[in-house]
Amino acid sequence: MLNQIAQAIVLGGYYALIACGLSFMLSVMRVINLAHGSLLVLGGYFLWYLGENYEVSPFVGLLALVPLLALIGWALQRFLLARSARGGELLPILTTFGLSIVLDNLLFEQFGADTRSLAPYIGDMAWDSYELPAGIFVGKVGVLTLVAAIVLLGGLQLFLSRTGTGKAIRATAEDADTAGIVGIDARKASAIASAIAVGSIGIASAALGMRATFDAYAGGAQLLFAFEATIIGGAGSLWGTLIGGIVLALAQTAGAAIHPQGFLIGGHLAFILVLFARFFFLPGEFTYRLRRIAGLAK
Amino acid sequence: MTTTNLTSIRIERWTTASVVAVSLCVAAIVALAVAPAVLGAGAVDRLTALFIYIVLAAMWNALAGYGGLVSIGQQLFFGLGAYFTIRIANLGVDPFIAMALGAIVTTVIAYPVGRFMLKLKGGEFAIGMWVLAELAHLLVNLDTLIQGETGTSLISLNAYDIGLRRNLIYWLALATMAGLLSALFFLLRSRTGAAIQAIRDSEEAAASLGVDAIRTKRLIFVIAAGGIAAAGALWLASAISFQPKTYFSVQWTAYMIFMVLVGGIGKFEGAILGAILFFLIETWFAAAGVWYLIGLGAVALIFSLVLPKGLWGYFADRTGLRLLPVGYVVRE
Repeated sequence: MLNQIAQAIVLGGYYALIACGLSFMLSVMRVINLAHGSLLVLGGYFLWYLGENYEVSPFVGLLALVPLLALIGWALQRFLLARSARGGELLPILTTFGLSIVLDNLLFEQFGADTRSLAPYIGDMAWDSYELPAGIFVGKVGVLTLVAAIVLLGGLQLFLSRTGTGKAIRATAEDADTAGIVGIDARKASAIASAIAVGSIGIASAALGMRATFDAYAGGAQLLFAFEATIIGGAGSLWGTLIGGIVLALAQTAGAAIHPQGFLIGGHLAFILVLFARFFFLPGEFTYRLRRIAGLAK
Repeated sequence: MTTTNLTSIRIERWTTASVVAVSLCVAAIVALAVAPAVLGAGAVDRLTALFIYIVLAAMWNALAGYGGLVSIGQQLFFGLGAYFTIRIANLGVDPFIAMALGAIVTTVIAYPVGRFMLKLKGGEFAIGMWVLAELAHLLVNLDTLIQGETGTSLISLNAYDIGLRRNLIYWLALATMAGLLSALFFLLRSRTGAAIQAIRDSEEAAASLGVDAIRTKRLIFVIAAGGIAAAGALWLASAISFQPKTYFSVQWTAYMIFMVLVGGIGKFEGAILGAILFFLIETWFAAAGVWYLIGLGAVALIFSLVLPKGLWGYFADRTGLRLLPVGYVVRE
């Protein structure tokens, strides 16, 4: 039991890490990037390619991958999101969904149906574990992933609250026009936010490949995990995303304990339950309902 | 003080072009109804697929184009329509009746689902629907009748002679398409339709005029779910086999988005045009496999960036031509 909870928390760290970029983009750009999972898998293939052909460790590969993805994020905002946002708030959903279909199938075309893993390029770390009290063992990769998630989410939170650029990004998210009046370059702020959001996917790509295998079409499932962690934790809250990831993993673990095929079902049900709670039991909503019953509100 | 000369303004619904177009549509449906007499088996099957695509496009267009609800999870209803058909047919019900019941059960389920999910906005609604589709897929897999991903078949259709069966499914698909398109056409022309189109143009402005946006959206959600469930049941009948993975695949929604984006989102004619184009592209290029899918994604991407109103939207704006009149034109 304790062991399962410990494993679930470690897995939750992975979900928080893959949700990081999605959550950041949602909170400061109000955009859900449907190509998020596909970009994650793209990063995984990039690191695998470096390891397979040049024996580059994924940790070294990240030094190239993160800037590359940040560049892709910048271009994504400049050429796709900024353009499609002019056609209303729904168009970016369609644009990024189209992009994900193109990316997934290009990856399949290039790398075929074989599943890939980064485990061969990280030596002993792939199977080493730490021993916790009570005889619980947690994998080194998992612990590293959890730490990476905490550092990344905390770093982004600090960046948004303490730095000038972070404040400019938040101001643009609140109201781009007003931000413009006080001298903030909204276009630049959005492009930087997008570069950070997509760049951070690279770290999640490394975790994806180190802890398990992936294939070209793995992006959809990863997008849903990231989305669920974001929503469970409360959309727009970075620390909430960490909690969301852990709750998602705990629900999946509970699901698996109840039924052999219950792992994913448990996660999806937790997502729906959280939505349910959000709709019907929010403090504001609840008092509003009371007032309505009392005839004080319409 | 200036006065407007009201006599110089005419409000038109039916134009000459639209009278001709609607007459041609009716004639085309009559011609298609008798077509199996002269067509080969392959052509009948392909046309059945086309009718199903038109239903899917029209339903996704109703949802996104009119209701402003972008969903990435409409495969939920496609899969459930097929699943309930199998489930009900397994009780010994005639397969064709099971198809109708399957679509109806799914429509009934769609009502509470809509009430719940419509509390979500924009992208959260879009992916939330996808999560529901995944959940439904996993739950259907648990049904022992379906045997997990192995799937099962609508075996009871074998009671019908193969030639008769093919034609029956063809006629059912044609009738479903014609019925749903007419229902949508008359709905959009009604008072509710005016509300729907007002919401499409501006939700805030519509609300300020007293349009109940959420009720109208719920109605569209249920109609779209029912139509897509019928399409799923029809697809099952023509394919016979049911593998959950195939029916609950996000690819179905990708196809719907492609058809509507290329044809023209929010335009009644656009969805039909998009479905016909998709059908032709599939016929010619599906053999290209992965590159075909890359092409579909790229075309949808380019349309959403460069031509967000789609081909019909672009064409109609340029020419003022409307073939299937669901709105009014003010002429001076």
